[in-house]
Amino acid sequence: MKKSVFLGTLAVSGLLAGMAAAGTLDDVKARGILNCGSNNGLTGFAAPDANGNYQGFDAALCKAIAAAVLGDASKVKFVPLTGETRFTALASGEVDVLIRNSTWTFSRDTDLKFDFVAVNYYDGQGFMVKKELGVSSAKELDGATVCIQTGTTTELNLADFFKSNNMSYTPVTIADDSEGQRQYVAGACDAYTTDASGLAAVRATLPDAENHIILPEIISKEPLGPVVRHGDNNWGDIVRWTYYALVSAEENGITAANVEETASTTTNPEIKRLLGASDDNLGAMMGLDKEWAKRAIAAQGNYGEIFAANLGESTSIGLARGLNALWTQGGLQYAPPFR
Amino acid sequence: MTEPSYLRDTVLPQLPPPLVDRGIIKWIRENLFSGVLNTFLTLAGLAAVWWLLAASLPWFLHGVWDANSLGECRSIIAAEFGEGAQGACWAMLRERWHQFIFGFYPPEAYWRVGLAFVLLFVALAPVLFTEVPRLLLWGTVIYPALGYWLLWGGSIWGPVVAMAGFGLLALVFKLLRPLLGVPVAGGLGFVAAVLWWLFAQGPVAGLLAGVMPVGLVPVESDRFGGFLLSIVIGVTSIAASLPLGILLALGRRSDMFLVKTLSVAFIEFIRGVPLITMLFTASLLLQYFLPPGTSFDLILRVDILVTIFAAAYLAEVVRGGMAALPRGQYEAADALGLDYWSAERLIILPQALKISIPSIVSTFISLFKDTTLVSFVGLLDPLKGISTIVRADMAWKGVYWEPYLFVGAVFFVLCFSMSRYSMYLERKLKTDHK
Amino acid sequence: MAMASDAPKGGFRPSMLIYDTRYRAITIQVIVLILVLLCVSWLVHNTMVNLAAKDKDINFGFLWNRAGYDIDQQLIPYTNDSSHGRAAVVGLLNTLVVAGLACVLATVIGVFVGILRLSKNWLVGRLMTVYIEVFRNVPVLLWIFVAATILSETMPEPKDFKVTDAMIAAGQAPKAAMLFDGAVALTNRGTNIPAPLLSRPLGSLDLGLITLNFSFLAMLAVIIGSVLVHRLLLRRARAVQEATGVRPATWWKSLIVLVVPFVALLFALGFHLDYPVFKGFNFKGGINLAHSFTALLLALSLYSATYIAENVRAGVMAVSHGQTEAAFALGLRPSRTTRLIILPQALRVIVPPLISQYLSITKNTSLGIAVSYLDLRGTLGGITLNQTGRELECMLLMMLIYLIISLIISAVMNVYNSSVKLKER
Repeated sequence: MKKSVFLGTLAVSGLLAGMAAAGTLDDVKARGILNCGSNNGLTGFAAPDANGNYQGFDAALCKAIAAAVLGDASKVKFVPLTGETRFTALASGEVDVLIRNSTWTFSRDTDLKFDFVAVNYYDGQGFMVKKELGVSSAKELDGATVCIQTGTTTELNLADFFKSNNMSYTPVTIADDSEGQRQYVAGACDAYTTDASGLAAVRATLPDAENHIILPEIISKEPLGPVVRHGDNNWGDIVRWTYYALVSAEENGITAANVEETASTTTNPEIKRLLGASDDNLGAMMGLDKEWAKRAIAAQGNYGEIFAANLGESTSIGLARGLNALWTQGGLQYAPPFR
Repeated sequence: MTEPSYLRDTVLPQLPPPLVDRGIIKWIRENLFSGVLNTFLTLAGLAAVWWLLAASLPWFLHGVWDANSLGECRSIIAAEFGEGAQGACWAMLRERWHQFIFGFYPPEAYWRVGLAFVLLFVALAPVLFTEVPRLLLWGTVIYPALGYWLLWGGSIWGPVVAMAGFGLLALVFKLLRPLLGVPVAGGLGFVAAVLWWLFAQGPVAGLLAGVMPVGLVPVESDRFGGFLLSIVIGVTSIAASLPLGILLALGRRSDMFLVKTLSVAFIEFIRGVPLITMLFTASLLLQYFLPPGTSFDLILRVDILVTIFAAAYLAEVVRGGMAALPRGQYEAADALGLDYWSAERLIILPQALKISIPSIVSTFISLFKDTTLVSFVGLLDPLKGISTIVRADMAWKGVYWEPYLFVGAVFFVLCFSMSRYSMYLERKLKTDHK
Repeated sequence: MAMASDAPKGGFRPSMLIYDTRYRAITIQVIVLILVLLCVSWLVHNTMVNLAAKDKDINFGFLWNRAGYDIDQQLIPYTNDSSHGRAAVVGLLNTLVVAGLACVLATVIGVFVGILRLSKNWLVGRLMTVYIEVFRNVPVLLWIFVAATILSETMPEPKDFKVTDAMIAAGQAPKAAMLFDGAVALTNRGTNIPAPLLSRPLGSLDLGLITLNFSFLAMLAVIIGSVLVHRLLLRRARAVQEATGVRPATWWKSLIVLVVPFVALLFALGFHLDYPVFKGFNFKGGINLAHSFTALLLALSLYSATYIAENVRAGVMAVSHGQTEAAFALGLRPSRTTRLIILPQALRVIVPPLISQYLSITKNTSLGIAVSYLDLRGTLGGITLNQTGRELECMLLMMLIYLIISLIISAVMNVYNSSVKLKER
């Protein structure tokens, strides 16, 4: 554990680094494990359970990608990242893909040299207030004290919202979600603002949930999605289409339970292509095998199943699908054709 | 003369002192109420103790150990102590204590952590206690490889071959020192060791592992968390920074202008910036300074930067030890005709290091406490990292004080005992010198 | 060691570079220089290659772009339309103000606790020992969390200060009352204190990154002037004392020189206090100190005070009793004994570790990250870094600024140390 190990490991990793310079896919395959940048603890999206296994909506997508690329959903190394370290970790190659409820914005996509390959959750910034405040709209928050997390896009949205409505506010900056919840409950702020999904999760765990309301206004668009580095388009394709395979599976009624059976019995040519049951080899076009999508779906289920298991109305967070319903049901989730 | 009507022939028995001047009352009067100011202070102290207990005792007394979620805790407390009663939900600890101690380390391998921890003390004993037989120092020398192997697992040959690199360093140094002097021989030894690690390490370790496979199940560094992580970072960086710190201290006291300037610049730079900027450097900037494509795990990067950080502080500690030696020691060494390195090795350093041990322990304590900062770069330290993931669980969302109290108590026990040891050592060393 | 070498014989041989002590130092330094230069150029080269690979450059231009975020504590005017550079300056000032106040508070608490720990009162001595051991053996990060939590959990809500007509009619008092005759209100959202305001300010000049406030500069100038005049006064008094043996009374002159000009300036500028008043839902007017600030200040002060207390105790105990007795034997009065004999000797022990404690307080203010206090690390090394993605520039600039602050403090320490150093052979 002393100097020897540092130098030894340093030397070894230097050698390894010399070899690894090819595409991300080759790196991942050579390593045999997917490095997935995830949240260091956000209820419903990614958090380790008592056994140290990451669970959640974002974590499920990591597992699906690992299943598609490596054939084993458990071959994921979750790298917990903070709001401040996440983009650097991706840029430096420490993680292969960042799935940490990161908002797709113009400057992140262009200036920070990343690619947001899909949107796995359409979120928006909202406000939660105590019912006794007698406020029913965010437009009535003039002069309010607002708890806000730093290091995210929410602080910029908040400033813009109050400015455009000619209102003033006092920000109470907080470091993380649990701190925000505590401050809000203690009454240190009138309103707590973060992504609506986060607000729902906080509200669900309050002992007096009925005394708190989430205001109807959503003041920003927060398209959250997996991020990869600029320049490795093949890897971006893999992440994007793995995700769309999950959405497409929901569109076609393929679940984790029936995916094997569907693959062998279906007559629908698109499903056959998707599951690798026909002669078309979609996987080969991006360097994977034929059955990549089948494994991805079998890992944690289709998009709808993942949502229901981690965030949906049967969980204590109890989020409705809303914008994240399939396009056929009035939502925005829409998979391009597999052809 | 008239006969006296009464003659005392025995001495009266001594009366006990007045009530206010004996026993507990005397003690109270002298120690607590000896004047207006003292009375006031005592009353204020009592009020503070009362206030603290009144605020926290009910919460502790209402603690619940047996529940599966915070909601369950709350309903049990409400049922037992009435609506609105507050209480601790220790049930969280019962379910998650292992994460606070070991992080995500595989439970079936906890014995390895325990063994490594116990062996750490065996390895430290000859350094810390003079009564222990000197032979055990060999244990100290092989401990780094052994501890690494126990914690990270994998083939035993990796650490063994890495240690062989140090053996090579020592060998080259020993052979060349009479010919070339200490700095050159040391430099060449270092070069030989680096070459060994770069080119021979992999093949030799692989070969040996092929011939005689001995190994443990490997554990990735990202499974490390909680106090295990704090202790690993603290111990490795202090141990690794000691040689570096001694070199820097020697450099700072050197007559050579350039060496001195560089040492001073390095020490002052590191001591001038907060640890947190070093951690952010490890997490954000190191990738810029290393050859393109180099990437190794965050714990190692943090460890390197913390080592550099600790080295600057240790350099100052060791320099303080050297400065505390009387000038006569240096002059005596010169008078004996010892050259610089012999004088340092035989006369100066043994004494300087010995009187620096208490300060080294203090440096370790503050470093150990500061390892909690690694949570800000995403590592799972016990205070914030593990607490955050526990609170992200739906069952324990909203648990606030309990993790902090538990972690604070463990830190207190560890740091307090270390500081007591350091004070004991200081006293012992003091009598030695008088 | 240099004495050991004999006079040079014969010519110069290359092997003398290693074996001859006269040349060896030069050889070693040249090798070190080459190694260091190689190392530095290697790092710079890597950085260049890495930057090029990421299609980035080193450019501090972002400092002049719009920041877009709000900072809740600002000592100079700042809005979300200001630049990133100005946000960094606001952060730096926040760092300095919390560091300065924490140093003062920690010293006050530390001196008190250090003296109380020496007290003969059993209970108080034990309590202080418990306080010191508990605070210094637990990470300061935990104390910051605890302070923040206690502040926001135990203080009353702003609405508890509300006085309605119905309450006046019923003769009820509000649930919470302001302290110090309506000057300070402690709520769970922050501490409201009176704001010092000037009704006839001298105006200010906006230089982009920083604002020059002429009123403030005038006050600074007056204070410096007063101190200089005061020193002149003292020097004159000492001259008189040395010439005549009688020291003229100077205290009232000192008072006039130090206080009157400053008060006159404040009066001329129209200094007054703006008290916080409860209006509507919250306090208006005055200054609202966020709990992130107060918590950081309290936690750092209480934590560092334990170290200072131990210094003070060691310093007081280091002066042997014989010194006091000797001073009394010379006929010095107790006050003079303390001032001329005890304090100088105790301070020699106390001050150097005290200043290094100040250094670590200043560096520890970066832990404001735990409560999202927007100091230098929170603005430049936090939000700005995160929004612009310029980690190299932000981190280097931030480290440089911290380094400059630390070096200034170290310089003060070195000046002090050399002025009180015991002269040995």
